[in-house]
This record gives sequence, C-alpha cells and structure tokens, in this order.
Amino acid sequence: MKPVPFDYVRPGSIEETCALLAADDEIRVIAGGQSLVPMLAMRVARPTRLVDILRLPGLSGVQDSGNAVVIGATTRQAVAEHDPIIAAKAPLLTKVLPWIGHAATRGRGTIGGSIAHADPSAEIPLVAATLGADIVVRTVGGKTAINADAFFLGPMTTALPQGGLLAEIHLPVWPQPRVGVGFHEVNARHSDFALVGAAVQIAVDDDGMCSACALGIGGLGQYPVRLKQAETALVGTGLEDTAVDDAIGAAMERLDIWGDLHASADYRRRVGGALARRALRDARRSALEGSQ
Amino acid sequence: MKVELAVNGGRQIVDVEPRKTLLDCLREDLGLTGTHAGCEHGICGACTVLLDDEPTRACMIFAVQADGYEITTIEGIAPAPGELSVIQDAFCEAHGMQCGYCTPGMVLTAKALLRHKPQPSRQDIVEAISGNVCRCTGYGQIVEAIALAAERLAGANTPEGGK
Repeated sequence: MKPVPFDYVRPGSIEETCALLAADDEIRVIAGGQSLVPMLAMRVARPTRLVDILRLPGLSGVQDSGNAVVIGATTRQAVAEHDPIIAAKAPLLTKVLPWIGHAATRGRGTIGGSIAHADPSAEIPLVAATLGADIVVRTVGGKTAINADAFFLGPMTTALPQGGLLAEIHLPVWPQPRVGVGFHEVNARHSDFALVGAAVQIAVDDDGMCSACALGIGGLGQYPVRLKQAETALVGTGLEDTAVDDAIGAAMERLDIWGDLHASADYRRRVGGALARRALRDARRSALEGSQ
Repeated sequence: MKVELAVNGGRQIVDVEPRKTLLDCLREDLGLTGTHAGCEHGICGACTVLLDDEPTRACMIFAVQADGYEITTIEGIAPAPGELSVIQDAFCEAHGMQCGYCTPGMVLTAKALLRHKPQPSRQDIVEAISGNVCRCTGYGQIVEAIALAAERLAGANTPEGGK
C-alpha cells in the first residue's frame, strides 16, 4: 500500500500546468486525490510525476452564467453540496452529492476530479451525462469544450486530450419555471460505489404535462448513459405510471449491460429500470410541488 | 522534499519523499502514532485527522500536500497532558470501543460533527461515522458515546468544554 516513487510539483498558473502536462506522458494531475491516491497506493497508477492543481488560482468556485452553472474543476464536493447557486439552478447535482463517499472524502474530493476519473458508476459523471454538461478543457494557449456525450469513453477513460487540463464544468440551466429532479441508487453498503444509479430532471407545463426530460443511468456499462429514446417518449405525457413503465421498459431492453461478481447484467437491467421509475416519480412530484 | 506542517498547534519542518502519506509522516517522522494505519487506501477511516477542523483521511493525502492546514491528531485534543477531552471521556464512560483501533478516527470524526451540529440526531451521528469502520461491531456504544459527549458539551456552556 505504498505508491511508487514520483516527483511532486505545484505550478503557479493554469498555463504552466498545461505546459507541464503537454511535455510528459507519465504525469498525472492530482487535486483532491480521493480517487487517485487509492490507485497510487495499490500501484494501479504509476505516474513519474504528480502535478498538484488544488490551489491553482482561478480553478475553483461556482458561478451562474445565465444559461449554465459554471463549476471550477477544483471546487470541493462538500462545498458544491451546500452551494446556493447549484441548489437553485442545477438541483440534480445537489441531489446526488450526499451520495458520494463520506464527509471525509467529500471534504477533499473535487467536482472536476470525479469527472476526470470517470468511474462508470460515479454520481457526478452521471449528472454531467444526464444534463449534457459541457466540459471545458484548457491547453497551452487554448480552450475547448467537450460535451459529456463525447467525453466519457469507457471506465476511467475520457476524451481529455494529452496536455489538457479539465478546468470547468458547465451544467445547463433549464429555463422552464417548473423543474423537478430525482435520483436513486443501489449499493452494497452505505456510501459505497453504486451498483446502479438513475438520475432524472424534468420540466412540467401548467397542465402538469412533461415538457422536457433528461434521464441517465450509471453503473450499467462503460460509462453513464442517457436514455434518449425514453426521454422522447415521455415528453408530452403526464408521466402516468403506464407511460413511464412503457418508456423505461423499452429503453432498458435495448441497453448493452455488463455483469460482475457484485451484480449480474439481468439484475442491473431490472434494478436500473426500477430506479429510473422511482427517480421519475420523485422528479414529477418535485416539479409539481415547485420544490426539489 | 521539505514541507512545513502545523500539527496540534506547533510547526515543524519535515523532509519526506513526495510519496509519503500524511499518515506515515505523522507516525514515522513526527512520532504521533495515535493516528492509526488501517487499510491505507481510504476505506476504513482509522487514520482520520482534522485538517482545518474538517475530517480527512491521512492516508489519502501526501505529506507534501499538507502545508498550510492546521492539522489536528488525536494527541492534540485533550486540554492538558494526562487529561481527556470531553469526547474522549464520553467514549470511556459509554465504553464506545472494544479493541480501540478505530477510536482515534471515531473521536476526531465526532469532534468535527459536534462542531457543526452541537445537538446531533441519532441519524446525524450514524451518518457522520459511516466512513469509520469498527470491526468489533461496537457501533451502538460509539453512537451512545457521541450522544453523551454532545449532551455534556451542551451542559458545559463553553465551546467544546473549553477545548
């Protein structure tokens, strides 16, 4: 449980960090370290150098840009959990944060770190995928945005380019007045990795009909997936039980799901559908009540 | 690599390899063996210390990252040598331990909880210590100990009973 030897650097600027990242294949970024340090301890990760970005200026904080909530990569999960802008404008993230690890890990773990780590069952990547977040990447002299749709490529594998530093997460803000969210997950023990998790954000119109729907499931395979077919089927309905059952049932049938010693593919398919239905019910209720 | 650490109110410069965790540095370089080494990969909570009063697993941070924080270990919470803090005393009285291996982490986690929530519900206590594994299954009495400490601290009418 001791990592391999490595160098440690703490650059003073984002530019300097990007230059370091671009020059070295074996370098790893460390921020909160709550996923990376265990991987180092088990020697699953063997970097020659760690570049510590946790105290870099300009990389932490939450802002409302109007159509998006912009979260700096090194914003701590515990800070985001209690952030009023996130609670008001991106309540799905507020909803999932208490499910991540424990207070002691959320106190150091960062929003950007969880996304860069890309665990297939992790909650923050699920929210990013469900809401179609833009992930802003800084490179030497450049800045690009990658949509979550194209960002997660597989377990612990992302489209982050060599020399790129994940700098911001832009969670879209929905303009509708009545938005509701729901989240459910199943795990073996409290705060363990989720076996399966389902996240939902919906908007309802004045008649209580669903006018927008985002539905994502994590833990089923390579990365969190959005059930776009079910979303389309549900828009225009009143989210009645039959409509929900039909839409979720059809969507879950089509998914390629993996099994492991913790949960079989069949189990994940069944539980994923059940959690999605529950999350939809919660989202509908919160949208109609005007509270999350 | 040299790093200055502020531990239990004092300041010390240590010279450590970057790969040395704060846990190993506390135990080996600073002789503070009250911080226990359990799983060493962030599962068990035995190595919990406070960084700026917030619980942190000392195996999940390298010593070279720990400058600039006020670090509190179990050695730093009693009001004077030979005495116990209110929380430690409550753990003794409620017998909130069996083998004692998880106890330093439990006590520090409880300290942070009671700072945020001086009157925690049972659920608050259970949630707070959910990241601290006790393999003697002594959770019932640990929960009682923390509830007792909360009551005593409230009665003491001073912040954390003077400490």
